[in-house]
Amino acid sequence: MSTYDQAIKKYDPVLGLETHVELSTNSKMFCGCSTEFGADPNKQTCPTCLGLPGSLPVANAIGIESTIRIGLALNCSIASYSRFARKNYFYPDMPKDFQTSQYDEPLCSNGYLDVLVDTDEGTKTFRVEIERVHLEEDTGKLTHAGGATGRIHGADYSLVDYNRAGIPLVEIVTKPVPDTGEYAPLVAKAYVTELRDLLRGLNVSDVRMEEGSLRCDVNLSLTPKGSKTWGTRTETKNVNSLRSVERAIRSEIERQSLELDKGNKIKQETRHFQEDTGTTRSGRSKVVAEEYRYFPEPDLVPIAPDKAWIEKLKKALPEQPSIRRTRLAKEWGFTDLEMRDVATLGGVDLIAQTIEQGTSPASARKWWAGELSGHASKADLELIDLKITPTDVARIDALVNEGKLTDKLARQVIEAVLNGEGNPDEVIKKRNLAVVSDDSALIPAIEAAIAANPDAAAKIREGKVQVVGVIVGAVMKTTGGSADAAKVRELVLKTLGQ
Amino acid sequence: MSRITREEVAKLAELARLDLPESELDEYAKQLEIILESVAKVGEVSTKDVKPMSHATGLVNVFREDVTKESLSRDEILRSAPATEDDRFRVPRILDEE
Repeated sequence: MSTYDQAIKKYDPVLGLETHVELSTNSKMFCGCSTEFGADPNKQTCPTCLGLPGSLPVANAIGIESTIRIGLALNCSIASYSRFARKNYFYPDMPKDFQTSQYDEPLCSNGYLDVLVDTDEGTKTFRVEIERVHLEEDTGKLTHAGGATGRIHGADYSLVDYNRAGIPLVEIVTKPVPDTGEYAPLVAKAYVTELRDLLRGLNVSDVRMEEGSLRCDVNLSLTPKGSKTWGTRTETKNVNSLRSVERAIRSEIERQSLELDKGNKIKQETRHFQEDTGTTRSGRSKVVAEEYRYFPEPDLVPIAPDKAWIEKLKKALPEQPSIRRTRLAKEWGFTDLEMRDVATLGGVDLIAQTIEQGTSPASARKWWAGELSGHASKADLELIDLKITPTDVARIDALVNEGKLTDKLARQVIEAVLNGEGNPDEVIKKRNLAVVSDDSALIPAIEAAIAANPDAAAKIREGKVQVVGVIVGAVMKTTGGSADAAKVRELVLKTLGQ
Repeated sequence: MSRITREEVAKLAELARLDLPESELDEYAKQLEIILESVAKVGEVSTKDVKPMSHATGLVNVFREDVTKESLSRDEILRSAPATEDDRFRVPRILDEE
């Protein structure tokens, strides 16, 4: 029996997730600096986000509105009165020496998100309860210099880029989720997937895990079967892909069960997920417990959303992702399973946008869930992070349908587009990839193929048309697959008097 | 009222990253005592019908439109920093060696 199976036989996992979402506002949460990703270091700072004396923060209306919308979409109640708080700490990722956050008065609380997981007894719904949704600001980005590992441990000094400091960041915290048993890793992954789709549907964030606009911390504890008190939990950080969410929980279940089996106690600590091994490593356990000395932020006035505003936002919420998926599956003729696969890949919107440009649902699914998902998993990326757009895919599909690309050529075009060589038309031109259906270009190849296969040619002349494949195959080979097979067949038959 | 201990002063100093010499702990404990006693007088006022206040103006919902404004020049902000490297602020080692 595997370590995992043994662990699940003896212990019940209890999981919890803290998710940070960077909002895609134009400007930062408390000042007018741009939030654009990838700018040169320290080009997007001002007296407010640098915490210079005399500067005064003012809350971004869209930041507040987006947080409330997220809360509403997660079935939370919205506070009628809510304040920002200062979370004080000494760490150079915030130049102010505090982070503007929320403490005991989060904007949203007590919600839930239902997720579907395939179990041995069929598809099951797990309810993940939401403790709170609050609004804070993101921190600056540290680069650790010196030392062998590039990590904070052993670094000689660090460099800070404050472009990210002050970007609105929403923290979504679940309540502990018990009773998921062996499905704990899958429930966690399904939750983050569903949350990502919900946030994308709300159009409040790019939700790109690889760019860090969606980040996840995973809490896990094990309870011996039959026991009523939950075990000590660990918090695993640096979980930066959907697959990692699943792997991190699985590996923590295994690690904690082995410790408990040995009679050891689980240390309450922060651990770091390591992509390469799929395991977690202990962070430095803090000697002194953190004391953030929270207090109400005096420079920002309280938020008191009135009922009319909340009602208006509630009415304007988009269709829930699960309901939308059911509707689209029907429209597109996908089975539940096909749709769930597409959703897990994060491909619903990409397929919808491809279909909008004239591609058939079946083809759109074939390209994204068949061809491109392979590229994504090879590169450990999500579909949306691939350097190909729905427009590109729709164009490639149209070219295949028009007979201008074979499937094989289409795959070459896709690879070139993914490599950043341009859009499909540019790639085809540059690499000379279009199907050759021009007679004059094909005739020499056909004549050569006929000469090389005299037996087959003779049979065709006699009317045995079914052997034409031999000659068509030879032509396709000499043209490197760039010929239009139907056209070649037609020309071969014509040449041989059929 | 309870007295502020030397240990509490040392702890506060640590949290505030103040390098207080041993010899001054008693002195600061005494001073903090006086401050706390003064503040404690507020507790004698009857506040049964007064709502706790964190902001003096009574304003709520003061927001700004989500529009970008020009940021500071990088050269200018980096010039004010004690140390820079690669267009970034250079800060001393964050964690001590274990």
